[in-house]
Amino acid sequence: MVSDTHGEEPLLNYEVMTVVEFTRLLEKEFEDIEEGTLIPSMNYREIPEFSSMHALILIALIDSEFDVLLNGEDLRSVNTIEELFNLVTERL
Amino acid sequence: MNSGFLLTYYLPDNVVTNEELADQFPDVTPEQIFKQSGVRKRYLTNPDEIGSDLACKAAKKLFLENESLVVEEIDLLIMCTLSPDFKAPSTSVFVHEQLGLREDCLSIDVPMGCSGYIYGLSLIKAMITAGLVKNALFLLAETSSHATHSEDLYLRMIFSDGASATYISKEGIDKIGDFVFGTDGKGAKSLFVDRSATRNPVDQNWITQYKDEPGNMLNGRMYMDGAEIVTFAIRRVPKLLAETLEKNNLSFDDIDLFIFHQASGFILHVLRRKCKIPEDKFFVYLEEVGNTVSSSIPIALKEAIVQGKAKKGMKIMLLGYGIGYTWGGTVIKL
Repeated sequence: MVSDTHGEEPLLNYEVMTVVEFTRLLEKEFEDIEEGTLIPSMNYREIPEFSSMHALILIALIDSEFDVLLNGEDLRSVNTIEELFNLVTERL
Repeated sequence: MNSGFLLTYYLPDNVVTNEELADQFPDVTPEQIFKQSGVRKRYLTNPDEIGSDLACKAAKKLFLENESLVVEEIDLLIMCTLSPDFKAPSTSVFVHEQLGLREDCLSIDVPMGCSGYIYGLSLIKAMITAGLVKNALFLLAETSSHATHSEDLYLRMIFSDGASATYISKEGIDKIGDFVFGTDGKGAKSLFVDRSATRNPVDQNWITQYKDEPGNMLNGRMYMDGAEIVTFAIRRVPKLLAETLEKNNLSFDDIDLFIFHQASGFILHVLRRKCKIPEDKFFVYLEEVGNTVSSSIPIALKEAIVQGKAKKGMKIMLLGYGIGYTWGGTVIKL
């Protein structure tokens, strides 16, 4: 068996991350969004300027931070940031 | 006498800048296009210039650049293109004729797209090692623009037409290591060209639908599910890297330079971070040429040599991944 990530660990301790922290994380990753703009009940697709590129950023961010790899179908199955967070934590 | 491993590339004349693209899409700026794609310039053929034309130009350039190469010594021609001249016969036949290769030269098509360079190298190594042939000419050429709809901005941002030519002889195969391959047909529809051949061919409705589109999409239309492609790349490429190291009995630190298929700026950024490759060991040549599909690895490799980033004696990992899905990896020693 070979390692595929050279011992890479998720950058954050997901056990203590809350949905609010997750929302702040998205704000940081999506440039041009001021802190405090997003709330967990918001439909992530309604984030200002949200495009297919942001969907790719979400997939990469969630993989690097949580070691959870979502696909396009997973993203389509949820609407709000909170639902996305719940989906991620279910997969941990 | 040459090194037995020589390569070059050819790009068509028409350059499309981000400024020109943004002129057609008022909602985006040139800088946004760059941020989303990692590309500043891409190259397009004319409608009457197809894959085999680009391949022949790349081949002729290779012979011009290397006087030691002799056309009559080529006894294996591999043509890699997803933009064939016809469904039949194979494009290699037309290229063979245009280049005037000798009659007993084995000519085959390997239309494998993003992993095509790895697959072709493996066949060349196998056939030369088996004593079937001695001198291979490996041509890769793509005209993805011919199957790109004018409104598909993201595809137009990242893809570029282009070709490359690689010569490999018996001396050259010693530079090529062992290979890893893979296929997952579940990804076939994540990046594909609909209405491009026998299944679901172009019909009257299609022609009517695209009557105002340049070229009328008669070569089919390329579709890409970006989220699925990114998920595939993140899931598969780090494993491919690890398997390629293992197959070649090398450690991560043994590799002097990594050259991945130049898919997009975003994918390369994510993969480099995921694979923990230092920036100075990760060669990217995307900004100036875009994603040339099967030629992206040889174009980047040539540029790495020209820029002095790839030097004699270095171990360079080449990883191809994408359309299919297919993937493949090897290590070459310059």
